[in-house]
Amino acid sequence: MPNMRMDKNPMPTQPAEERIHNVDEVAQGYTAEMAIDEAKRCLSCKHKPCISGCPVNIHIPEFIAKVAEGNFEEAYEIISLTSSLPAICGRVCPQESQCESKCVRGIKGEPVAIGRLERFVADYMREKGEAPLKAPQRNGHKAAVIGAGPAGLTAAGDLAKLGYEVTVFEALHTPGGVLMYGIPEFRLPKAIVQHEIQKLRDLGVEIVTNYVVGRSGTIEELMNDGYEAIFVGSGAGLPNFMNMEGEELKGVYSANEFLTRFNLMKAYKEGSATPIQHPTKTVVVGGGNVAMDAARCARRLGSEVHIVYRRSLEELPARKEEVEHAMEEGIIFDLLNNPVKVHGDENGNVNAVECIQMELGEPDESGRRRPIAKEGSNFMIDADCMIMAIGTSPNPLIRSTTEGLETNRKGCLIVNEDEMTTKDGVFAGGDAVTGAATVISAMGAGKKAAAAMDRYIQKNR
Amino acid sequence: MYRILEKKVLNPTVISITVDAPHAARHAKAGQFIILRVDEDGERVPFTIAAADPEKGTVTIIYQVVGATTRKLMELEEGDELADFAGPLGKPSEIEGENVVVIGGGVGCAIALPTAKAFHDAGKNVTTIVGFRNKDLVILEDEFRDVSDTYYLMSDDGTAGEKGLVTAKLEELIKSGQKIDKVIAIGPLVMMKSVCLLTRKYDIPTVVSMNPIMIDGTGMCGGCRLVVDGKMQFACVDGPDFDGHKVDFDAAISRNRAYMDKERHNYEETCNLLNKKEEA
Repeated sequence: MPNMRMDKNPMPTQPAEERIHNVDEVAQGYTAEMAIDEAKRCLSCKHKPCISGCPVNIHIPEFIAKVAEGNFEEAYEIISLTSSLPAICGRVCPQESQCESKCVRGIKGEPVAIGRLERFVADYMREKGEAPLKAPQRNGHKAAVIGAGPAGLTAAGDLAKLGYEVTVFEALHTPGGVLMYGIPEFRLPKAIVQHEIQKLRDLGVEIVTNYVVGRSGTIEELMNDGYEAIFVGSGAGLPNFMNMEGEELKGVYSANEFLTRFNLMKAYKEGSATPIQHPTKTVVVGGGNVAMDAARCARRLGSEVHIVYRRSLEELPARKEEVEHAMEEGIIFDLLNNPVKVHGDENGNVNAVECIQMELGEPDESGRRRPIAKEGSNFMIDADCMIMAIGTSPNPLIRSTTEGLETNRKGCLIVNEDEMTTKDGVFAGGDAVTGAATVISAMGAGKKAAAAMDRYIQKNR
Repeated sequence: MYRILEKKVLNPTVISITVDAPHAARHAKAGQFIILRVDEDGERVPFTIAAADPEKGTVTIIYQVVGATTRKLMELEEGDELADFAGPLGKPSEIEGENVVVIGGGVGCAIALPTAKAFHDAGKNVTTIVGFRNKDLVILEDEFRDVSDTYYLMSDDGTAGEKGLVTAKLEELIKSGQKIDKVIAIGPLVMMKSVCLLTRKYDIPTVVSMNPIMIDGTGMCGGCRLVVDGKMQFACVDGPDFDGHKVDFDAAISRNRAYMDKERHNYEETCNLLNKKEEA
């Protein structure tokens, strides 16, 4: 008999007043008992609508059935058939708009906590010390992946499982992309990311760090080196600024810089070689997940934090859970406001952010109500730090150094239905194609591209 | 890991190391830089490529000990390894103009040298003016003479070459009627700023190699942003070379001081640690 309780098993979390003083994970994960109990809420529907909501189509009811039996190892095997990075997806996917949005139990209550169960299974296996994966039989073909973010790692994992000799080229000193430099430790522990990446190495994937494609080598050269197909998963890492007066002042950061210092370089640690400002009052501009992450990092450095967003609470693009966590941590939301100028002192440090009040007009082409500035409503927020989290664009380095690679007007690579770019043999996916999106949609694109690359190489052999 | 193949002490605080880094060596051109981390806990720091040999797969950088990271770097000997060494980064210098004056200040001379060499190898007429505080700090004298049609050595106190600032020599050349199509200034921000103030007066195109704080060096964070011609530019991808007459030097000088206190603290900690190690 399924467990017909209406709501999900709650996630144990670290209390807000404690967690703002550390970088330990906020959500602490289910126990085995909680997981089994939650798994029993699944009705094992025949038509499995949840699977269609998952970009990598995990066999959800099947793995959940195994969890309900307490057979976590088999549950893990089922997840691994389609997903290479479950400990990460279970944590950072916006399940409410993906798998869980399709769950039948969600019609009259809360959906089954699919993400939490996926996370539980992956964590259980890691803590138990799963056996390293065996590298599959090689098929004698070579493929290259540019960028070791979620898209590239997924493509690399899938290609390796198909027998390809895969090399990943990564510009930074550590693979993981946004999983390492962007998403904070307290949402996604870096040790878990590196554990998942080690599993790819066990599959035979070679990862070359400190290699900047476009500078250290070109796509053309990689093709000459015998890579038969190339996947570009270089992301959208170029930060946007507002081009307003005062953005060059000290204390003004892009979210990418602030988060890179905090997460990748661990600047929050006492004695860290990489410095970071320890602000007293921070203004974070933007309303997406990146803004929430930056705000919560600044909070952990001891700062009072204000989120300035030009629309209202309803339009905040961040995940609801992240907004709630931010609010619990005492982050102040100054909604319907927009900065117009940054003010500084005689030493070139930020000391105030001038904002203007906004009101919402008619919906724009994105369907969201357009914010309109209220003339003469300018006001000041005193602050010694400002973090710009208003989006990112694809980095132009690869497209500007590769002939025949076409992009749209936003600089995103153009691909066909097989994820192939306008250059034969070069595939692309993730934020490099869509602009800034989600981790899981990047993984979905990596997965689709790996399959297409396999077909392409096998056809041309 | 990236092995140090050769280490040369050029003066008491300036050191040249040649590193085994084939990927970075392959396409390295004058004006470009690399980013390195000394060890696993290290920060990412940019250094301009002083020389590169694509055949041998080596890159040479010349650095001055100014803080914790360069102090730790100084401890490393031939055969030791660096954790990370990424590059080449940034745009190569444009080798245009028939009669050029290359100006190097202090350790900036290490960066000016490959630029002077590139112009020399392209058959251009190269005048170099290099400046140091005193004779003990002079570096790369022979190397500069090899690639310069005319070479001027200046020192603040007159203990080496002529006494005076590089700008004084430049103004002297301009006033003497020497044909100058372009000036390239590489060194401390205040030096580059005063060169630009001078050349603007005489309307001589001037290129500067900017040296802001960097983290990734690939264009993803904007930590290295500068105001050039009123617009924001990222030095790591749009530069590091810029039209010196358009750069907002005061903003750049201010931004470079962002972490001064923390840097001083880390430097002292590192020195204490290394001194203790030596005593033990």
